[in-house]
Amino acid sequence: MIAELGHYFLVLALGLAVIQAIFPMIGAARGSARMMMLGQPAAYGQFFFSLLAFLALTYSYLISDFSVAVIARNSHSLKPLLYKISGVWGNHEGSLLFWVMFLALFGAMVAYFGRGLPKSLRARVLSVQAMVGVGFYLFMLITSNPFGRLADVPFEGNGLNPLLQDPGLVFHPPFLYLGYVGLSVVFSFAIAALIEGRVDPAWARWVRPWTLLAWVFLTIGIVLGSWWAYYELGWGGWWAWDPVENASFMPWLVATALLHSAIVVEKRDTLKSWTILLAIIAFSFSLLGTFIVRSGIITSVHAFATDPERGLYILVFLALVIGGSLLLFAIRSDKLQAGGLFAPISRESGLMINNLFLSVAAAVVLYGTMHPLLSDAFFGVKSSVGAPFFNLVFSLLMIPLVVTMVYGPHLKWKRADIKGVNQRLMAATGIALLAALMTFYVTYGGAIMPAIWIGIGVWLLLSSLQELASRIKLFQAPFKDSMSRLRRQPRSSWGMTLGHFGFAVGLLGIVGTSAWTIEAQKVMGLGEDMTIGDYRLTLKDVIPVAGPNYTAVRGIISVSPKNAEKTGESFMAYPETRTYVSSPITTTEGDVKTTMAGDLFIVIGESQGQGRWGIRAYYKPMQVWFWIGTIIVVLGGLISLSDRRYRIGTPQRQKASRKVKHAP
Amino acid sequence: MTKIGLKAGARKKRRLYFLLTSIAVLGLAALLVLSALEDSIRLFYDPTEIVEKNIGPGQNFRLGGLVEEESFESREVAGILINHFVVTDGNESVAVTYEGLLPDLFREGQGVVAEGSMNEDGVFVASEVLAKHDETYMPKEVVDSLKKRGEWQRKAAETHPQDKAL
Repeated sequence: MIAELGHYFLVLALGLAVIQAIFPMIGAARGSARMMMLGQPAAYGQFFFSLLAFLALTYSYLISDFSVAVIARNSHSLKPLLYKISGVWGNHEGSLLFWVMFLALFGAMVAYFGRGLPKSLRARVLSVQAMVGVGFYLFMLITSNPFGRLADVPFEGNGLNPLLQDPGLVFHPPFLYLGYVGLSVVFSFAIAALIEGRVDPAWARWVRPWTLLAWVFLTIGIVLGSWWAYYELGWGGWWAWDPVENASFMPWLVATALLHSAIVVEKRDTLKSWTILLAIIAFSFSLLGTFIVRSGIITSVHAFATDPERGLYILVFLALVIGGSLLLFAIRSDKLQAGGLFAPISRESGLMINNLFLSVAAAVVLYGTMHPLLSDAFFGVKSSVGAPFFNLVFSLLMIPLVVTMVYGPHLKWKRADIKGVNQRLMAATGIALLAALMTFYVTYGGAIMPAIWIGIGVWLLLSSLQELASRIKLFQAPFKDSMSRLRRQPRSSWGMTLGHFGFAVGLLGIVGTSAWTIEAQKVMGLGEDMTIGDYRLTLKDVIPVAGPNYTAVRGIISVSPKNAEKTGESFMAYPETRTYVSSPITTTEGDVKTTMAGDLFIVIGESQGQGRWGIRAYYKPMQVWFWIGTIIVVLGGLISLSDRRYRIGTPQRQKASRKVKHAP
Repeated sequence: MTKIGLKAGARKKRRLYFLLTSIAVLGLAALLVLSALEDSIRLFYDPTEIVEKNIGPGQNFRLGGLVEEESFESREVAGILINHFVVTDGNESVAVTYEGLLPDLFREGQGVVAEGSMNEDGVFVASEVLAKHDETYMPKEVVDSLKKRGEWQRKAAETHPQDKAL
């Protein structure tokens, strides 16, 4: 009964979405306030019913109603509560429902917070938002109904893949979806602006918080996923350039570019059509990402079952949204007036170069991801593009980008003095060179790229601090003055400083862990030992352990310094291998000892018989720097988001454009 | 010339610069991509293709298929595990050796993807066995290969009876 209700709510939400898509758009064209006003209640109602549908599915999961096909296929009555709930979005149908609920939520948020927007703009934004929604509702109802019943009700469900039973994965999809869907709002704003034929600094201010919100969610989602891969998959990696990872990385790259180009629109009233184009591309990548994961068109660790009917619908939907919006862009973009001029060396140029490299990077990822698909389709050759490709291209492509990050924030708008910036950065440049040389010396005989990258990372780290220091006139004005300047810094500039600083910290982590990871493995009996890096691991014991829905073997391993005379602390590690009741597979729970210098990652494999066990260990230098860096970046995003000037819905067109005239 | 005309000229110039830089960057990136691709593309073959195309030593590729039932054995030499198993697509099969610990998802009768090359004796020496995990516990290339060889329908009937109900 509950499932049928859920299905019914879904149809109701579709109906409201259709109303929301049609009437406000016509109203905006005819100047009919009454038709435009229909947008808000429709948006609220659509969210209400999609939420009810979502709750209905969640309830069915909680009571383990195996007469619902999705639940029988993906759940199990013995599953812990948390994973029963996360199971709702752990499969194709449920995740679509989840997606569309967020889409409706963001639509309702635009309706609520957008009260300060011009009426016609808001009406059009809501309408575009609903059009995307209609596509999703139809997709679900036609091809992937989450509420479909089974004729023969099984006594027990198939269970959720044990690998997916992890806290990291409970929260990874929701954040990723919030990010994807958040970009839908930016997309709707872009399409609405194209229809209106008007993009101005006020528009950029309205769009900025949505972009930032989506970007923060996307960042969190991606990092949670890679954190999960790191801890759960037990192969010691956190990023494999898997198609699904790429699918979330592409919109991130474009959203990052968008975040920066919107600043130029806001401050200087230029780069408008480029920004609109980025908004369209960012959301197109979101859709592509969603469907790459869901359709299984590309081989991936996440691939879900393929279904030709779904594939066709997806293709048509993507073609309509992406093709349609690009066509609109081609027709209307010349209506947007070009804005202010700037010199080749200026803040604008810096941001433009940033955009250029981020977009090229996204294009490269797209190509690498689609290559196997294309070569299969055109030449019938099955192939895969490995991590070495992406690593090589990225490590070269990112150098100019990061150098731009070093200089950009120091440059003035319109026309900047590069000599002055060079002088200001002298100390930072010196230290960075030193760091690169030292790294080169210490790792002599190894690859040279990591040393260069360490230098660049240190350079960016210091440059971002230097930029803050010169903004508050540290050591140039009395210390008290500097401190009061520090307190008066707008939150959006804190966002930039933390964003760039955190990026540098994370970058150093990436360099360390991808350049100097070491791996060792050995089959050992009790009392035997092995060495990895500076550590000696001794297998003390292996004991059986019982969990709520699994049984496990736990290794008891003592870790001590390799050289006996070196007095370092020794500690114990307890890696596990779990075998789940509902599925015939096992998972490894590695034990990770984290220090700033590096992670020691220990995994116990299956029994090799005769009381012998396979032990694998990794030493990953500076791994934790990456996690810390991403936390700082996200923090920067959140602080910037809380800036009063940019709060969702706050800015008014008049006020905003007056302010812009006085902008530096 | 009016001020506006000047501005338009400057704008055109700026646009040209931007376009030229973009093209240069894109061109460089394209070159980089193509040269990097050459080394990192891994072709995928199933056992039948290895036989048909007569794949010999010296070529790195990915092999995929099912681990044949009761074909797996491993022994330990000085702490290092040496594994032997047979990968089949229901039509042809290939013997594989791999040194080291296998991923958790490795099972007889399940799908596997391994990277490596053939040796002189026609044995596939794997440098890596991929720890693929997937909702259906089966890599897509393997699914495609099995479908082509007619092995899939039989497997599907055994593993996912519920999918048919709706």
